[in-house]
Amino acid sequence: MRPFAYHQPHQIPDAAKLLTSIEDSKLVAGGMTLIPTLKQRLANPPALVDLSKLGNLKGIADDGVTVTIGAMTPHAVVAASKLVQQKIPGLAALASMIGDPAVRSRGTIGGSVANNDPAADYPAGVLGLGATIVTTTREIAADKFFLGLFETALEPGEIITAIRFPVPLKAGYAKFKAPASRYALVGVFVAKFADGVRVAVTGAGPGVFRVPQMEAALSGNFDPSAIAAIKIDTDGLTSDIHAEADYRAHLVTVMAKRAVDAALN
Amino acid sequence: MQISFTLNGRPTTVDVEPATLVAELLREQLHLTGTHIGCDTSQCGACIVHLDGLPVKSCTLLAPALDGATLLTIEGLQGAPGSNQMHPMQEAFREHHGLQCGFCTPGMLMTAVALAAEKPDLTEADVRHGLEGNICRCTGYQNIVVSVLAGAAAMNAAKGE
Repeated sequence: MRPFAYHQPHQIPDAAKLLTSIEDSKLVAGGMTLIPTLKQRLANPPALVDLSKLGNLKGIADDGVTVTIGAMTPHAVVAASKLVQQKIPGLAALASMIGDPAVRSRGTIGGSVANNDPAADYPAGVLGLGATIVTTTREIAADKFFLGLFETALEPGEIITAIRFPVPLKAGYAKFKAPASRYALVGVFVAKFADGVRVAVTGAGPGVFRVPQMEAALSGNFDPSAIAAIKIDTDGLTSDIHAEADYRAHLVTVMAKRAVDAALN
Repeated sequence: MQISFTLNGRPTTVDVEPATLVAELLREQLHLTGTHIGCDTSQCGACIVHLDGLPVKSCTLLAPALDGATLLTIEGLQGAPGSNQMHPMQEAFREHHGLQCGFCTPGMLMTAVALAAEKPDLTEADVRHGLEGNICRCTGYQNIVVSVLAGAAAMNAAKGE
């Protein structure tokens, strides 16, 4: 790692100010992506702005129709939360499948969503549930937030403070993980609401995306058999050392069926 | 920058560069070499320590994160305080041959102790899922899983006494 200055602001406005006033500075939440990036010298920021001392960014609350998770809430806390397990069990299950226990101790929902790794788990849950990303300046719908490879709608100096999830009737997540990294080779989140079904896929392409064909089929019949014959177009899917695009396309259908199965059980 | 934390029960203050990893701080500055650096890419788990009671990978943790926190390393793992005995999980690894070369063992033990503390009624499936972030290249995991289950049972028994 190259040297950097380290700032631990106690107030959110101070963090935003540091981030905008020091060019190329980076926010650090749990550091599960940033620290490996720094170690490989893929990023060499002059300063890090640590979010861990800011108040009110941790914790989980519900108001009956939504569950709000503070941006600095670690995956292990979401996975173990009785509230999340009861209201959105598919989301608690997703959190329990991220990385490994030590990664879940440190990694945060805000960090994962802001980073928007193409194979991260949370973007599938956030898009699949149609969540709202709450930031220091506004609220952003998941459908307008994830813009592609590591790219989001966040403006410079804008910091995620919480993610607000509508409580679905049913939801489930299934992933085929890369065995070494435990990232999703393909992960699919399905959520059934009174007005329809949402299906979001991570790992398969350069960014998380929805599958309208599957959503329509599942809205009519929320059963794995409803999507068994749906084939995903390989155009735009990722081919790499881990899997070819056609294999990933195949996995999308398999994982989607398993996610529906998980949601039903 | 100066950071203060509790290390294996003792108040500790050190001067560090912010770009110092906790694994480096422990091994090179504090000479606690029981924490191993295996892959240095947060995959293998040989460097796992407990930060405020939770297992974390010290090769992927910046030293400033320790300020005000409580850190437990393999050197701080022990049986009853002052007894000079091994921790029940360490005893179980010895009893059940839960290691061969021993390189991964400090991380295995730290993960196992956290796992057993979090869930008293561990199943074999829980242990295998819980050890996902710890890689052993010798044993094939069978004896490690047996050791963790035995160690967890011993921890529960000790708690009940």
